[in-house]
Formats: sequence, C-alpha cells, structure tokens
Amino acid sequence: MESTVKGSLKTEEYFINMGPQHPATHGVLRLILTIDGEIIKNVEPDLGYIHRSIEKMCERDSYQQIVHLTDRMDYLSSHINNEAVCLVVEKALEIEVSDRVKVIRTIIGELTRIASHCLWWGVTGMDLGALTTYFYAFRDREMINDIFEETCGARLTMNYNIPGGLMFDIHPNFVKRTKEFIAHFKTKIPEYDRLLTGNVIFHKRTKGIGVLSKEDAISFGASGPVARGSGVSCDIRKIHSYSAYDRVDFNEALLTDGDCFARYNVRIQEMWESLSIIEQLIDNIPEGDIITPTKAVIKLPKGEYYQRVETARGELGVYVNSTGTKNPYRFKFRSPGLSNLSVINSLSKGSKIGDLVAIMSTIDIVVPDIDR
Amino acid sequence: MSYFSEIYNGIKTLLTGMSVTGHYFVRARKGALTQQYPDNRDTLKMFDRFRGEVIMPHDEFNEHRCTGCQKCEIACPNGTIEIIWDRGIDEVTGKKKKKIDKHIYHLAMCTMCGLCIEACPTDAIVWAQNYENSVYDRTHLTKILNQPGSKVKAGIED
Amino acid sequence: MIKDIHNWLFSIMPEGVASITEMVLIATAYLILFAVAGLYLVYLERKVAAWFQLRLGPNRVGPFGLFQTMADALKLVSKELTSTDRIDKFLYNLAPYFVIIASLTALAVFPFSKQFQAFDINIGLFFLIAVSSMGVIGILLGGWSSNNKYALIGAMRSGVQTISYELSVGLSLLTMVLLTGSLQLSEIIEVQRTGGWLILQGHVPAVIAFMIFMIAGTAETNRAPFDLVEAESELGAGFHTEYSGMKFAYFFLAEFINMFIVASIAVVVFFGGWLSPFGITEGITWFPEVLWFLIKVLIIILLMMWFRWTFPRLRVDQLLTLEWKYLLPINLVNIVFMAIIIWLNWTI
Repeated sequence: MESTVKGSLKTEEYFINMGPQHPATHGVLRLILTIDGEIIKNVEPDLGYIHRSIEKMCERDSYQQIVHLTDRMDYLSSHINNEAVCLVVEKALEIEVSDRVKVIRTIIGELTRIASHCLWWGVTGMDLGALTTYFYAFRDREMINDIFEETCGARLTMNYNIPGGLMFDIHPNFVKRTKEFIAHFKTKIPEYDRLLTGNVIFHKRTKGIGVLSKEDAISFGASGPVARGSGVSCDIRKIHSYSAYDRVDFNEALLTDGDCFARYNVRIQEMWESLSIIEQLIDNIPEGDIITPTKAVIKLPKGEYYQRVETARGELGVYVNSTGTKNPYRFKFRSPGLSNLSVINSLSKGSKIGDLVAIMSTIDIVVPDIDR
Repeated sequence: MSYFSEIYNGIKTLLTGMSVTGHYFVRARKGALTQQYPDNRDTLKMFDRFRGEVIMPHDEFNEHRCTGCQKCEIACPNGTIEIIWDRGIDEVTGKKKKKIDKHIYHLAMCTMCGLCIEACPTDAIVWAQNYENSVYDRTHLTKILNQPGSKVKAGIED
Repeated sequence: MIKDIHNWLFSIMPEGVASITEMVLIATAYLILFAVAGLYLVYLERKVAAWFQLRLGPNRVGPFGLFQTMADALKLVSKELTSTDRIDKFLYNLAPYFVIIASLTALAVFPFSKQFQAFDINIGLFFLIAVSSMGVIGILLGGWSSNNKYALIGAMRSGVQTISYELSVGLSLLTMVLLTGSLQLSEIIEVQRTGGWLILQGHVPAVIAFMIFMIAGTAETNRAPFDLVEAESELGAGFHTEYSGMKFAYFFLAEFINMFIVASIAVVVFFGGWLSPFGITEGITWFPEVLWFLIKVLIIILLMMWFRWTFPRLRVDQLLTLEWKYLLPINLVNIVFMAIIIWLNWTI
C-alpha cells in the first residue's frame, strides 16, 4: 500500500475485494482491486473457485462420454462446445458426416449463439441499472429453450451431438417453431435498440470507456466480439469454416473504436447475422443419415489433433493427444474466457469503479469456462 | 448551440425508452409470462423428449425388457448405474443365462446425458418426464429400477 | 368532524392539557398514516415493477397479495439487531431517527384537502424544503458510524448528491412562487382554484420547471437513475450495510415516504392539490377532495417508478455534471424568463 502526500492531505491506496459472490461478476470470480479514492490502480483476477478438473476427467472417459463434460464448461454455448469435440474426433477418424447433420448442427449452433447474446444483453442492462432488460431478454430466450427442449430434451446442457452425428433426429415441429421464433425476434431487436442502445445515459456509461487498441487485442490473445470491437478480424466461421458455414452468406461484424459501446454493437450485429444464417438454412434441410456409424469403442489413431470453433464468447480450441488407446492421453481446451479476461487490467487502469462494471459486462465472461 | 441539441436529443432517447416499457405496462394482464407453478400442475405438460429421470417400464404382466447385458453400466460416465446380476438356468431353453437381480440407479449422481438410453439394445430404459424429485433423505434417491417380483420378457434377445 | 372532537376535548379538560392531547392525537394519526402509506407504497412498487417486467407481483399473501408487506414488516421486526463492536454506538443508533423525523415533519404541512391540514404556516414551502434537507444528516451519520469502507463511500456519495440537487429543487419551486406570490401552501391552492392549475398558468417556463423538479426530486430521494447509493451492484449495499431489522426498515420506509413527499409537492405546486380538474366536483359537498389529491399523487409516483425501471444508472461524476452544468444554469435562466413573462402579463 502506498501513501502519497498531496499538498497537505495524505491519501492512501486501499484494497477492495469484488469477492467471489457478487451480483456483477457473472459467476464466482474474485477481483482484487487497488483503489485510490475512486480511481482504480490495479485489477487482479483470482481464479479457481469453480475448477472441477474437467481436463483430468477427460483422460479417463471415452470419447462419447467426454462430450457431456463440455456442456458444463461454457454453459451458454453448450451445443457449440459439444460440436467442437465431435469435430475433432471426426477429423481424427477421418469420417464424413452427412449434409443433414452439418446443416442441423449449424442451425442449432446459431440458435445457441442468439440465446447466449440475449442473456448477455439482459445482464448488461441489469448491471448498469436498467432492471427490466433482464426480463425481456429471458422472454425471448424461453422461446429458444422451448425449441431445444422439444428436440433434444434438455434446455441448457444438451448433449445432442455424438461423434459421428446426432443422437436422434430432430422433432417434426422443429422447423415450424424456429420460423416462428425468427419472425418474433426480428421485431424484438429494434425494441432492444430503443430501450438500451439509443439511451443517452447508456451512451454516457459506455462510450469512450475501456478502449482496447488493435495491437493490445492481438497481443493479449483476445478473440470473439472483444477483438472484433477493436478491428481484429478473427471470425473462425469465416477463416477456418466447419459444418455448413461455407455455404451460407453472412458478414463479419467488425468495428474499430475499441470501446465498450463498440463491443456492444458487435454483439447486436452478430444477432442479426445469426438470424440471417438460420433463415438461409431452415427451409432446405437436406435428407440424409443422422449418424455415420463408428465402432462402439472409439480409438483415435496415434497423434495430435486440433479443432477450433467460434463460440459466443470467442475462439474455443480443442487439442487431443492420443496414444492409440480408448482414452486420450491429454485433452486440452483453449478457452476464450481466459484470454479475454486478461485484458481487464490494462483496460481499467485509471477508470472509476462504475466503469469496471461496464467493462466486465461487455467482455462477457462465463467463469466456468475460465476455470474448467 | 450543441448544448441545446445535446439536451434535446438526450430527452428524445429517454422518452423512446420509456415508451417501450410503458407499452408493456399497459398490456400487463395479458402479457405476463409467469406460470403459477404449484397451482397449475394439472395443466402443465412437459415435452415428449424431456429428460426427467430414467425409468424401466413394466408391462401388465410385471415384465421388463432388461437382459443384464451391462451396456448401460459401461456407457455411463460416472457410475450412476450399477447392475447386480447372476447366472441362472433359463426355464424355456434350459441354458445358463444372465439375469439381473437389481438395476440400481443413483438419481443424485445422474447428469442426464442420455448415453445409457442410447446404449441399451432392447429399449429397456426410457426417459420419464418427472421433474419433482426432491426428498428429505438422500438415500431415497438411490432407486432400484426393476420392480420386485418382475422378470424379463421371454424371447427378448431376438 | 374534527371541529367536534376539538370542542369536546376543550370542554372536558383544562386548556393546556387539552391542546397537548390534541397534538398527541394528531401526531398519532399521522404516524399511523405514515406507516400504512409506507407499507402500501412498497406493495405498489413491487406490483408496478412486476407489470413492467411482464410478470405478476406478489399475489399469494392475502387477496391480490395485499398483506405481503405486513408479512415483510413482521419479519423485519423479529430480526436480530446486529452490529459490529467498533461502531460509534450513539451515532449508529441515532441515525435512523433523523430520516424518520425529517419525513414525518414534512408530512405535517401538506394540505390533503380543505380541512385536513395539520400545520398551515405562512412559510409552508420554505419549511418543507428546509425540513427535507435534514434527512441527509441521517444518511451521513449512518455511513460514518458503521466503521465500514463501503458504507462510508456510499454515504459520502449520497451526501454530495442530495446537497447538490436541493439547489435545483429550491430554484424550480421558486419559479412557481413567482406566480403565486405566497409561500403558504393553502394560498397556493387558492390561486390555482381561481386561475387554473399553475402548470397551465405559467405555460413554457412552468413546464420546464416541472421537468427540472421531477429530475431533481428523483435524485433527492436516491431513486431511479440516481440510485448508485442503494442499488449498488458495485460495492455492497451502501450506507445501510451494517443495519438490520427495524433500523433498516426505518431507512427503507423513509425512502418511500420521501417519494410520497416529492410527489405531493409536485401536485400541490404544479397540479392544483386537492382541486378537481375543471372544477367538476366543486358543487358536490360530500365528495372527499382528498381522493383527487391521492389520484394525482399516485400518477406522479407512477411516473417516478417508470423512470426507475427503464433507465440505467448514472455514474457519480456524471450525476454531478448533470446538476451543475445543465440543471442549474437552465433553472436560473428559467426564473428570469418567468419573471419577464409575469411582468409583461403574458400568463394565461
């Protein structure tokens, strides 16, 4: 603790814990703040409160069983996490899944992305004080959860992908419900804009706050909307396409300001893009097999395999090191949350406590993703 | 001059925001999404594929379809299913055959992943849509899926 | 009816005792009014908040959930009064009473209807503003004596906020006093009976004064977009972190009564108090005018709740910028504008 003597008034810095249980830190994250008056001098995150040794558990599970563990890492984009593991196993075994599987995986992945951004929007409003945004966002998210519940049986941890395809076919009502949802949601995003995005108080709280330069974004390894808000073009769906992304036409949401408002707008733009992707695919889901059969006990050939996907938070990477047996030797997840969280110290130096909340909510971390 | 235009634009955006919430306020009666849960149990229906808990259906002769192959026990990631089995003489063919004594299911540990139901070759276990599983004593969550006195349906392996 | 009780009291007891008894009775009546109003305002806030958020409010305890706050009050009364041992005991216990006394005293001057006014002094409006600034002392004492970093930060922020916005409240009310020429509250209503509501009489500057008064009044009560003191999803719970049980209930109730007071001032000064619009029930003698007063106050309270559930929070330095750079200059210019309009006889 330093104390400085300014004129005739002696001031000291002091530590405050934004402790593990806190309404504004999206999970069990402990931030140790060093504050001088109202200005923040240093932010140090303290992780590990929700570490469940998922990577170690992967070493004793078979490949079909690993998929259900990834649901619980970044639980808001659980389907995309499952897809990542299935893709890496299919890549290693060199099997091709049918077109129907690819298209359905893409559609459900984009629905998951919209659901995650809806929740993010609601929670951002709530952190900044506008408490009704939470309820409106959850109303729309319920529609997506109903679609998932009818098809997969679960709302949050879906476990619908298996290596080789999908566990069972989609429900006959899936297409109808999704179309209703698209029509409904297209009238809702402008409403979200009128309630929060255009609001002058919101502009004052987020414009010019927490500016992340392009070089910093690249050197910290930020990905997803955090990096795209600063002008770094890093959408995995465009650069290393997987599933059915190479046959749809969509734009990458890219802004160059780097402040909180730019990151917010990138996510709103991504919601529009996801809607357009679903619209292009929903009418012609090709017929085909739901599953390409694999052996009951999957053994990957010896070697290292890597697959990246774009979750709602950023780039998730899955690394498998296999020695030819039925359990992997090492299974590592490169989580987007950890790299995104590392920018928080440089972003919040010199800003006030109220700004820290705005910055945390636009970085959009989910702590189980960081701690695994 | 920009002072005044700033004030005017600010107030305009505030009023747009208020119009959105005001719109919901006047339609509050019809638009409320709350389901009054304990009172509406009669009309609340889950979807068909909802993953509540795992059960073993028995038909009217108290017969189930589980042959004791243990595929579900192997497929389960965390040891939720335990099967206690024995080899006995089958009445019909006279050969030695596996038969289950107890099919134990620990509901407290189950992650509802569905791998056991996919692995079963005879569709012996299915999803139930029961979501009210809270108990006062944790031992009540260790369920035995096959009912006492039941036996496997004849000819199920074919 | 009140005259009858007054005469009866004076007839059975010597004069000094009778007037003291009368005062005690009136004070008890106001205390009950205060408690009931506070409880039902909390219930109303929860119901209105629920309707904005597409859900139903409390609806299980009693018909339509009317007894919900009774249940909450019972729970608060039965809670243990915890405190840490390094607090400043005298100030810690004294702080809640400041806010309650300030609010109660302010309630006493309001003209609820023609006969129903406890204390009609000729500096009514000035007295109101002076008394409601006493509440700040309670908040500052509470934060300081809790011996807690978060409470201190919260109390200091709240103190700064309240002191700054009192200026705007006072100046916007001064604008309307220029029209009426008197600070006495019943006089203000008399002027409105003959000439129409003050907000219509003063057209443009009165509307500006009303808008400024609503913003400054919401800031005075630490609500809505200015509530970084209490709804701190940032740091603890502000100045009442260390209070629990009944003392917390005092702070909480006082906040709702303050909202009622701000709304009542707005109704009396801008919207005609207990007068009916266009004088439609002037002739009916049995019609309780207090009903018009309550309806108008409820509409203004609804407006304040609407602000709360729609807008995000302002940061503390933005709050002060709003006051000193925007509201204060506009207010001063507005007063001059109103004075010019009155001098040139352009009022309606």
